[in-house]
Amino acid sequence: MEKKKLLWLIDTKLVLAIVIIFLLFSFILLPLSFSLLFLFLITFVLLYIFIKKHRKIRDFIGTKTMLLVTIIFIIFFFVMFSFILYKSMFILGTYSIFDILFSSVWNPEYGQFGLFPIIYVTVLVTGIALLIAVPISILSAIYITEYAPRRIRKTIRPFIDVLAGVPSVVYGLCAYLVLVPLVKDVIAPWFGIESTGSCVFTAAITLAIMVFPIIISLCIESFDAIPIALKEASLSVGATKWETVKKVVFRASASGIISSILLGFGRAFGETIAVSMVIGGIPRMPSSLFAPGQTLASLIISAYGEMMSVPLYESALMMVTLILFIVVLLFNIVGFAVLRRARRRGKF
Amino acid sequence: MNRRIIEENVFKILMLASLAIVLGSLVIIVGIVVINGFPALSIEMFTQTPTGRYYLGQGSGGILNAILGSLFLALPATALAYLIGLAIALYLQRDFLHPWASSFIRFTLDVLWGIPSIIYGVFCFMFMIMLGMRASLLVGIIALTLLEIPIITRYMDEAISMVPRGLKESAYSLGSTKFETAMKVVRRQAFPGILAGVLLGLGRGIGDAASILFTSGFSSDIPTSIFDSTAALPTIIFRFYTSPIPAVQQRAYAAAFILLMIVLTISIASRLLTRRFKKHVIK
Repeated sequence: MEKKKLLWLIDTKLVLAIVIIFLLFSFILLPLSFSLLFLFLITFVLLYIFIKKHRKIRDFIGTKTMLLVTIIFIIFFFVMFSFILYKSMFILGTYSIFDILFSSVWNPEYGQFGLFPIIYVTVLVTGIALLIAVPISILSAIYITEYAPRRIRKTIRPFIDVLAGVPSVVYGLCAYLVLVPLVKDVIAPWFGIESTGSCVFTAAITLAIMVFPIIISLCIESFDAIPIALKEASLSVGATKWETVKKVVFRASASGIISSILLGFGRAFGETIAVSMVIGGIPRMPSSLFAPGQTLASLIISAYGEMMSVPLYESALMMVTLILFIVVLLFNIVGFAVLRRARRRGKF
Repeated sequence: MNRRIIEENVFKILMLASLAIVLGSLVIIVGIVVINGFPALSIEMFTQTPTGRYYLGQGSGGILNAILGSLFLALPATALAYLIGLAIALYLQRDFLHPWASSFIRFTLDVLWGIPSIIYGVFCFMFMIMLGMRASLLVGIIALTLLEIPIITRYMDEAISMVPRGLKESAYSLGSTKFETAMKVVRRQAFPGILAGVLLGLGRGIGDAASILFTSGFSSDIPTSIFDSTAALPTIIFRFYTSPIPAVQQRAYAAAFILLMIVLTISIASRLLTRRFKKHVIK
């Protein structure tokens, strides 16, 4: 008992010591504190390799190595966030945050950093993508869970996993080869608008297809968690299958559906490569749905190479990254919080 | 009564239509890549590096540099992410960490899973500039590792938390320490899940372009050290798909075909291997 208490004390003290060392050093020199942590790690690993006989000590070292890795990892992501924050602070010395967010001219060579059209297009593209993707995904998920026979269900699941695994650059290439000519030659003239095909509308459809697998798999999970007795109760009083779905399944899994939409939004908002391949890349207010635009993420990728030349430009792009980071983070946090509650409640 | 049945049928048709859209888009994607990419394949594509200059390179040659570059980037990154992820995932068990803390870490990992890869790319790029390095294999590997850690860890964690309590307790009762139990019993029991997670991470890593586009740079040669910049399959696609020269554009299509085949193979392999190794799991 006494020994256990002692070990526990060492345990907590070690954690505290690591965190304090880190905090102390992070104000002075970040790389130093990280190299210190890595030094710990390497010492631990070496000790583990050389001490062969004492199993208790080996256990202690092994456990603490895992703890150290976990701590480094968690701290690292806070460091990443603060690093981007720190880098983007520079531009706020010259321009106010309202200037950046709400003025509408993006022209870095002349020192104009208005992000409004870019944010507008990002929200527009993501919104349209979700408007297309959400009904289609939910209906497919309903079919897969409620209507499809077991065999079909088992064969469809792998296909959806594959759709989730297709690299975004391949999505972009396919959209470039199929959707761009389609929009240029068929859809835009149908509305009476001249278009190059690389436009907001194309990007939105591409994003919608990319979001399908996320929403579908999360919806399937939450529909599966509904106890069968609930559905049977509804069916036994004479409701049709669709009425059961409408009145029982949707209500019982509302939080699951909401979280899937939020997470889908987060994914679509931050999608970079595929969007930048089809959106046209012009950071101006689009005159119609068939005009080119620029989203936050694709702006970063297209300006990456040149951004080192001007410090203010670099800082502006960091600001863009920060906005992207914060928005995606918020949507993910809310989405996962809702999902977690739904999962916990699902265990009837 | 009649109205209700009509509604039922209308929605059934809508459901079938939407499922057709989802599966149809997958068929179209695979079809387009195969139609454009397959004719572009030749022996040279696999065995030669491109001749001629960047983007406008007229000459013949293949994309060996990109295939090898992709493997050099993704395999070490997956190995690193596996090591780090294994340590974290094992430590998240109740035997080591208070459930409150592990649930916080799980939440962080979940949230990080959704972070767009461009952010890892920007971060590593800025860090690289700060340290005065140039775009290289090393920085690309670091960016990919960061991208893969949340994916692999979360997947492993799901598998590890399925390990029955009794199994761990019987290991403890034989006198093994916590670390020995975690490494020798829990890890083996959860092996199918861990393998599936690693393969998923590998698939994600090998196909990601945004994080390596600027951190690993571009080069027409096969990298000889980790400080060389290198091309990769996604980079080739992204840079060359609009090239005015057909030969260069063909390389992008071929790269897309190879990349898609690699990703499909990984996904099928993960299914088959998981099923195969499940035999050894103690029920």
